[in-house]
Amino acid sequence: MSQKLLDILKAQFGSDILETKSEHGDDTAVVLPGSWLKIARFLRDDSRCDMQMMVDLCGVDYPSREPRFEVVMHLHSINLRHRLRLKTRVGDAEGDGAELDSVVSVWSGANWFERETFDMMGVVFVGHPDLRRILMYPEFVGHPLRKDYPADKAQPLVPFREGYEKLPPFDRFEGMSFGRQVFRSGKAD
Amino acid sequence: MEPIDQELEEGELELPSQPMSLNMGPSHPAMHGTIRVVMELSGETILKADVQIGYLHRGFEKMCERGSWSQVFPYVDRCNYASPMLNNVGFALAVEKLLGVTVPERCQYYRVVLGELARIADHLTCNGAMAMELGAFTPLLWFIKGREMIYDIMEEETGARLTHSFGRVGGMAQPPSSNFKAMVGAVLPPILSILGEAETLLLQNRIFIDRLQGVGKISAADAIALGWTGPCLRSTGVAYDVRKAHPYLVYDRLSFDVPVGQEGDNWDRFMVRLEEIRQSVRIIQQALEQMPDSGPINVDDPRIVLPPKDEVYSTIEGTIQHFKIVMEGIKVPAGEAYGYTEGGNGELGFYLVSDGSGTPYRVRIRPPCFAITQALGGLITGVMIPDVVPTFGSLNMIGGECDH
Repeated sequence: MSQKLLDILKAQFGSDILETKSEHGDDTAVVLPGSWLKIARFLRDDSRCDMQMMVDLCGVDYPSREPRFEVVMHLHSINLRHRLRLKTRVGDAEGDGAELDSVVSVWSGANWFERETFDMMGVVFVGHPDLRRILMYPEFVGHPLRKDYPADKAQPLVPFREGYEKLPPFDRFEGMSFGRQVFRSGKAD
Repeated sequence: MEPIDQELEEGELELPSQPMSLNMGPSHPAMHGTIRVVMELSGETILKADVQIGYLHRGFEKMCERGSWSQVFPYVDRCNYASPMLNNVGFALAVEKLLGVTVPERCQYYRVVLGELARIADHLTCNGAMAMELGAFTPLLWFIKGREMIYDIMEEETGARLTHSFGRVGGMAQPPSSNFKAMVGAVLPPILSILGEAETLLLQNRIFIDRLQGVGKISAADAIALGWTGPCLRSTGVAYDVRKAHPYLVYDRLSFDVPVGQEGDNWDRFMVRLEEIRQSVRIIQQALEQMPDSGPINVDDPRIVLPPKDEVYSTIEGTIQHFKIVMEGIKVPAGEAYGYTEGGNGELGFYLVSDGSGTPYRVRIRPPCFAITQALGGLITGVMIPDVVPTFGSLNMIGGECDH
């Protein structure tokens, strides 16, 4: 069943698929980062694949490899009951330039998973509607799940945030506190 | 006397018409779990909502990369602390998938029974907490009474009420105690009767029904696209259950139904969980009947399972075997695997990468309620503030799991 899935992908995209393998009952396809979004959309829309659900998206850090990060996505078709692991590799040895197209337009559920991968690994998802940290706080420096981030590192305490520094999507002029409200009495003079 | 507003021009004394922003959480008495919801309100209607998580982030995935494979169990215990046994079993199964071993039949039944007990405890907690947040305190006490019975069994079996750390790669820490079957069999009828009593308190209560029905609705297509699984997805009418669709352990030998809802609202989520408790009882009854009374619990592989203590103390082979496993960890062959089971909230996945050493290279926990909670912002947009509480309650967001 699922070997067929890998064959479909290879027939459709050819050189965009870097390698495929099946081990422990899981089917894996490694693709070029440039065709990430294209293949994701194909997997959702093609009736033979029918991957309506994006189960998981995460990053794995291999500091000795180039490109350094693997972004791993697990897909699942509820109707056809098959699964696929889609991987791609991004980022140079320093961890810079790790950019990938966002698949939020394909599966809306990818939103938080991509934010988490950005937060933990520093992979930037281009086209993500709201890419900001999700598990760590905005003042946090670095990406904790990278292998070169020391596990026992401590970061300084965050100074007290002033009230108007609201976290996006609410900026200082959005919303209103009662204290700022000016009631006009109607008597101008 | 002249009216006071006579001199005013029309419209000058209007109330503010700009939206107001309100912060709910991260520590809020009506919300279990640390989550912050920033809302923009027009009157009492929510125009925009931003859900912020991460207040319970404890860096489990980073910590997993420091110890051995067996040392991950205490961490997964603390992920979904409402049903830790399901997490233990899920992680053990994922590592066993990578190792390519299958545990003996007796252990499979044992895991099913313990896991389903944990699922009952999970659903009892969720539904009880949901009722309590809507002001019905008595049903919570009833549900918790049932949960205590399960915790007593867990304590008897594992030694701990909540964080058992009872799973092991290739088996369980201990074989079932001698009166395990009798104990579990005796606790099921009282749980069902407690459930019936609590239902009579809730299901005909007009206030309770009105606050749940038609609130927090989601369509099946949206729920699938958002990555929902478990009772929340089934409430929308999609009969997807990992235990049925991709059977693991001995679930293919047990007959049970997958309850589904129709509307995908809070009421359906509540009712699906209630029915799943009954189905879990059915599963446990069958599993207890089929479970062998004797036989090994752990796989027969000295590279994976610790030897019995008397061998460790009396033979050199046992000592070495024990030392190797404790000091170096289980050598899981290099590779990667994604193991998935039906957790309390849905598909609980573990994506494991091993480099062949005794330490995991990467342990990725796929928490079901992470995907579910990301829909909260959409669910509460357009409803009133009081509807946030039952909607959030019915999603059963577990902070430890959602925030890793």
